[in-house]
Amino acid sequence: MGPIIGALEITPSYYLVLAAMLFTIGTVGVLVRRNVIVMFMGVELMLNAVNLTFVAFAKALNDIAGQVLVFFTLVVAAAEVAVGLAIIVAIFRRRRGATADDLKVLEG
Amino acid sequence: MTVFLFFTFAALTLTGALGVVLSRNPVHSALWLVLTLVSVAVLFLLQDAQLLAAVQVIVYAGAIVVLFIFVIMLLGVDRRETLTEHLPFQRPIAIALGAIALAEVLFLAGHQWATGAKTVSGVPIKGGGDFGNNIQRVARVLFTDFLWPFQLTAVLLVIAVVGSVALAKRSGERPEGPQTDTRGARETSEGESVP
Repeated sequence: MGPIIGALEITPSYYLVLAAMLFTIGTVGVLVRRNVIVMFMGVELMLNAVNLTFVAFAKALNDIAGQVLVFFTLVVAAAEVAVGLAIIVAIFRRRRGATADDLKVLEG
Repeated sequence: MTVFLFFTFAALTLTGALGVVLSRNPVHSALWLVLTLVSVAVLFLLQDAQLLAAVQVIVYAGAIVVLFIFVIMLLGVDRRETLTEHLPFQRPIAIALGAIALAEVLFLAGHQWATGAKTVSGVPIKGGGDFGNNIQRVARVLFTDFLWPFQLTAVLLVIAVVGSVALAKRSGERPEGPQTDTRGARETSEGESVP
């Protein structure tokens, strides 16, 4: 067991596969859950998967720009959460609920 | 050691992600999200992204999750979600779509990536001249090559702050009409009853 683990090398593909699984779990979370706040958490999972991909490519291509791009993702995520949660608060005030079913009036 | 750390925290990441999706209580989802975010920070550390690991813990696990929990508690939606689904077949179709997406992204991850560009910034992660440590390398690229996007993020943050303030402002305070006023009055009365 020891030599097997010692011989195994963690290549960037491992991180990419992990990020793919994380992204998929986030996607399914957004699709399946009806609580809007938990849907937002699914979006956060997807953003984290993308960040992981960025860092893995930065390591693979030996370029620090991949890590710099994660900064911009973080900024966008922070802005998204701030505005999104404000929207949720506004919906809750109007509808007394924060599930996706409370937004049925939006359908055409 | 690296292999052991990778598999441990990869498992913790996926466990936290599944916990986020499968928990019926939103507060539990937020706590599982903390587990995922901290595990991803450790995975950043394993890939020589020390600054990003710190930022991940401070900004994500610190600020964003606290904001989530704050809104959950403010709205009092920390009760269990009813699992009745109004749309027929919505959940199986969603899971099937997720499986297809997983297969697709795994296919992409397992093959050669499309771009062959070796470098755009000229600053490597490790070695390659006197670029300093991780923070100095990130700062060098962030404030030279990415200066214009960096300024734009400042604009974006200002827009987000102003927008969230405008959205979350109590509608009762605005002189809009009697309908808005009654809604505001109902909110305050119900808001007081919530402990």
